[in-house]
Amino acid sequence: MNHSAFLRAMTDDHSNPSCPIKLAHGTTTLAFRFQGGIIVCTDSRATAGSWIASQTVKKVIPVSRLSRGEDKASDKPTPGLLGTMAGGAADCQYWLRYLSQQCTLHEIRHKRRITVAAASKILANLTYAYKGYGLSMGTMLAGMTPQEGPALYYIDSDGTRLPGNMFCVGSGQTFAYGVLDANYRYDLSEKEALDLGRRAILAAMHRDAYSGGFINCYHVKEEGWVHHGFDDMNPIFWKTKLDHGEFSNVTSQL
Amino acid sequence: MRGPTILKAEDDKTKQLNKSTLMAFSGEAGDTVQFAEFIQANIQLYSMRNDTELSPAAVANFVRGELARSLRSRSPYTVNLLLGGVDPISEKPHLYWLDYLASLAEVPYAAHGYAQYYCLSLLDKHHHPEISLDEGLKLLDMCTDELKRRLPIDFKGVLVKVVTKDGVQVVDFDNDKIVRPA
Repeated sequence: MNHSAFLRAMTDDHSNPSCPIKLAHGTTTLAFRFQGGIIVCTDSRATAGSWIASQTVKKVIPVSRLSRGEDKASDKPTPGLLGTMAGGAADCQYWLRYLSQQCTLHEIRHKRRITVAAASKILANLTYAYKGYGLSMGTMLAGMTPQEGPALYYIDSDGTRLPGNMFCVGSGQTFAYGVLDANYRYDLSEKEALDLGRRAILAAMHRDAYSGGFINCYHVKEEGWVHHGFDDMNPIFWKTKLDHGEFSNVTSQL
Repeated sequence: MRGPTILKAEDDKTKQLNKSTLMAFSGEAGDTVQFAEFIQANIQLYSMRNDTELSPAAVANFVRGELARSLRSRSPYTVNLLLGGVDPISEKPHLYWLDYLASLAEVPYAAHGYAQYYCLSLLDKHHHPEISLDEGLKLLDMCTDELKRRLPIDFKGVLVKVVTKDGVQVVDFDNDKIVRPA
């Protein structure tokens, strides 16, 4: 094996000549608003160039009061916001943790929870301040507050901040958009919405080499967010294929 | 397209190779039509000399061979192709996906270029082997709707042709439909 050639392939000298290691550039994440709140779904693959670095990444990151353990899922809805991770894994983890601190400080100072609009603006101002310094993140912030109702924002490392009803982020975004756009309605039921989110992620995991692993799903509602499983894509793919006759380009015969 | 200018909005990017095979092409300007006409002429020549209709499989493998030969020449054709046809003997439809690197694959549905990224996930979900013509055209509608919705470039509509055992027909398609993003 040619070690220098391998390292060359692993490093991102195109965007930055000082050669940081590429990680989690490819991803599929999606979030959409509907009648019952917001659905957030992601894949779980982390890649470094052509190398699959991990298949069990948690790409949905709670942005909430960590000291109260409000980043943990339970049977009851957990209060707080959700952020998604696309781009550099470290950048997303670090700056969403930083955002958690800022949101906690806001809560202490103002005696009320921060709005999603304000939280997303803290992050967008931060990414804009660091524009051109090599940050890499594409994140969605989802939450529900009494002032805003269900709110969804897209923020990236260019400093873009957009409110919206539906976003897909990452190298698999086009595949997810394809399924989501065709089958989306605002009046989807909770089960329909979760199934659609999962199916859109599955579509991207199937076609995008940089997405795969497990399907991670969350539902944001009034009282907070609820976790809806971290499920291996493989049995889901074969069940979808064999039970519904989809993915007819893949053969199941030996 | 030539730089930032559209030269022609309704260009037919297909060539009929024989009674029931049609070839769609995209790629480098100039190469595409040159290559398609070269293939068309050779298929016709073969049929005249041997008094036989070539099957879609035979045509596809011939085209692949020519692409492979071209790839190893000093100036290869940069052409991507979709080849659809109905076998005159078995009367079964076949679709072949070919790219300029001379890959050949028989597939149930296919796309080239950016359309792949937007449409393949839709086709994965909604296509099935027993799909009817009507359902197929509905699925095509979903695909063009998605391209109108999400592709930053206006592709100025599509030309739809249907290949059956009786030949190739142009199908009416509403290209003026406005699609609003969700």
